[in-house]
Amino acid sequence: MRIGDAKQSYEADEAIWKSSTQKVWFAVLLLVLAVFPFMADAYLLYLGCMVGIAVISTTGLNILTGFTGLISLGQAGFMGVGGYTVAWLSANSALPFPVTLLLAGLLAAAVGILVGLPSLRVKGLYLAIATLAASVFLHFIFAEWESVTGGMGGLSLEPAHLFGLSFQSDFEMYFIIVPLAVLMVFGATNIFRTRTGRAFIAIRDRDISAEILGINLLRYKLMSFALSSFYAGVAGGLFAYFYRVVTPESFPLSMSIFYLAAVIVGGMGNLLGGILGAAFMTLIPEALKLLTAALTPFYPNAPIFMSPMLEIIFGVLIVGFLIFEPHGLAEIWHRIRRFFSLWPFKN
Amino acid sequence: MDWLFFGEISLAGLAMGGLYALIGLGFVIIYKATRVINFAIGEIMMFAAYLFLAFAGGMEMSPWVALPLAVLGGSLLGGVIEKVMIRPMLGESSISVVMVTIGIASILVGVVEMIWGADPQLLPDFLPRKPVFIGEMYLAPKIAYGFLIGAAMLIIYLLYFRFSRGGVALRATASDQAAAYSMGINVRRVFNLAWVFGSLAASLAGVLVAATGGLSPQFGAIGLSVLVVVIVGGLDSIVGALVAGVFIGWLETVAGAYLGGEYRMPATFAVLAVILVFRPYGLFGTHDIERV
Repeated sequence: MRIGDAKQSYEADEAIWKSSTQKVWFAVLLLVLAVFPFMADAYLLYLGCMVGIAVISTTGLNILTGFTGLISLGQAGFMGVGGYTVAWLSANSALPFPVTLLLAGLLAAAVGILVGLPSLRVKGLYLAIATLAASVFLHFIFAEWESVTGGMGGLSLEPAHLFGLSFQSDFEMYFIIVPLAVLMVFGATNIFRTRTGRAFIAIRDRDISAEILGINLLRYKLMSFALSSFYAGVAGGLFAYFYRVVTPESFPLSMSIFYLAAVIVGGMGNLLGGILGAAFMTLIPEALKLLTAALTPFYPNAPIFMSPMLEIIFGVLIVGFLIFEPHGLAEIWHRIRRFFSLWPFKN
Repeated sequence: MDWLFFGEISLAGLAMGGLYALIGLGFVIIYKATRVINFAIGEIMMFAAYLFLAFAGGMEMSPWVALPLAVLGGSLLGGVIEKVMIRPMLGESSISVVMVTIGIASILVGVVEMIWGADPQLLPDFLPRKPVFIGEMYLAPKIAYGFLIGAAMLIIYLLYFRFSRGGVALRATASDQAAAYSMGINVRRVFNLAWVFGSLAASLAGVLVAATGGLSPQFGAIGLSVLVVVIVGGLDSIVGALVAGVFIGWLETVAGAYLGGEYRMPATFAVLAVILVFRPYGLFGTHDIERV
């Protein structure tokens, strides 16, 4: 707690930026994000775009799992809906990317509502399994509805375009993905300053109590599903524009687990945590690749062990964070911040 | 409609279903005692099957020595997992515990791939090769004998949990932990034993399934079918696991034979979806009443 931080009004308590220092730091962050593509090389740009997409999807899943307490194994399926929507629209229409991405999000949200419908009757793990069933069906549709989805071969896309501008390279995509990621995280921050967001949190903490307080469970649970899948749909659409091809294998079940892991490693129910988790989990495989490349001259077998090593690291991170640091990276971040704000008074 | 073909397919499906029932039983034992949904059960099966491969193939032991050793190894793994990773999660939300088991699954896949490589492998033959005929219907011998071994194990389990002291302790813990504890039952030991016994059933089924269908690090995906079985049957119902196991095994095989392999998963998951909507607690599961 900072000195002189006593809040005297609800507005102050709910403010996004609690102090002017935070505003300055946020401006610095935006500046760094804006300058980054001009300084970075191709590889870093690629990573930047990947992290941006992951941040959007993780934030969406965080709304559902972290804030509303509904665990979902369908995130990859919802992303797939978004990705295929964008791919189909780019082949069959001349709509610019803001429209296709919006439609991708809306369609994914509609599917999300459908999947969320059982959530009034079933909850907890039963719900997780309902979402798992949904992702199995979606995968089946992606693979079998050949006239629309192109079957196992998938669909390839034209580059995203707007007003005659075409966004082809990673450099150009960066300027779609990252501003959108910032915007959507900002949107999520604002949701939790409203009645809707607080209703989500009340449902997570104890759904029966929330109902007694007058929160319409079905409505808010479906709303949470819709929002979360909207984020997933947009992320999936960006994914499609970024790789310019979607196949059923682009959105496997392991991807849903990846995003759940990102939410957990980052910190459930914490938007900053979602961002940190998404970045961390996206960069781990890349770090491992670099390490393997560095080790290969000494151990020629190193590349063979990379993929199993990745599985192990992935599992150890999930288990380790849940057992030893259940509040995730966000908690570590806060600890670091506390250290600096109390230094040198506390040793 | 060719009734002979249908009969043969059904028979193979029912035999597979028997193995599903055994795995489902392992799952339900763990759930009943510790309230943990074990997403890693497919990977525990896989690990045991790879152990069998190492003992029988690599070390050239007799399969009938290797089988018990592999099953023992698998159950030991279950016990260790419970002690090291599940115990610390006691009292945490069910989402967290499930994610721990998903993490364990990932670790096991990585370890197996690191030791035995990513390529699919065949287990050494150890079941009799003589074709089995029931009436006119042919049944692949591996499936038939696999089913017999699985069914024998299933009966032993059912009798054990019905009549033995350990079985009573398990059921007592499942119905009321505090009461069981005050009656002198070592609840922590029951937790651990439940994981050992659950993994034992899964390990045996793992070796038998791998003997018919081959083995690869993706083998653990069978865990998804088992998940369907236990949800349809009811997570805490042993009868449910048996009935649903046989039914889902049959449905999966029939759907695969008549509609094509890509319909196996959607067919069983469609049943799952219907059950979730109309009987969310499964066919035989207990309906919990929640209070504030």
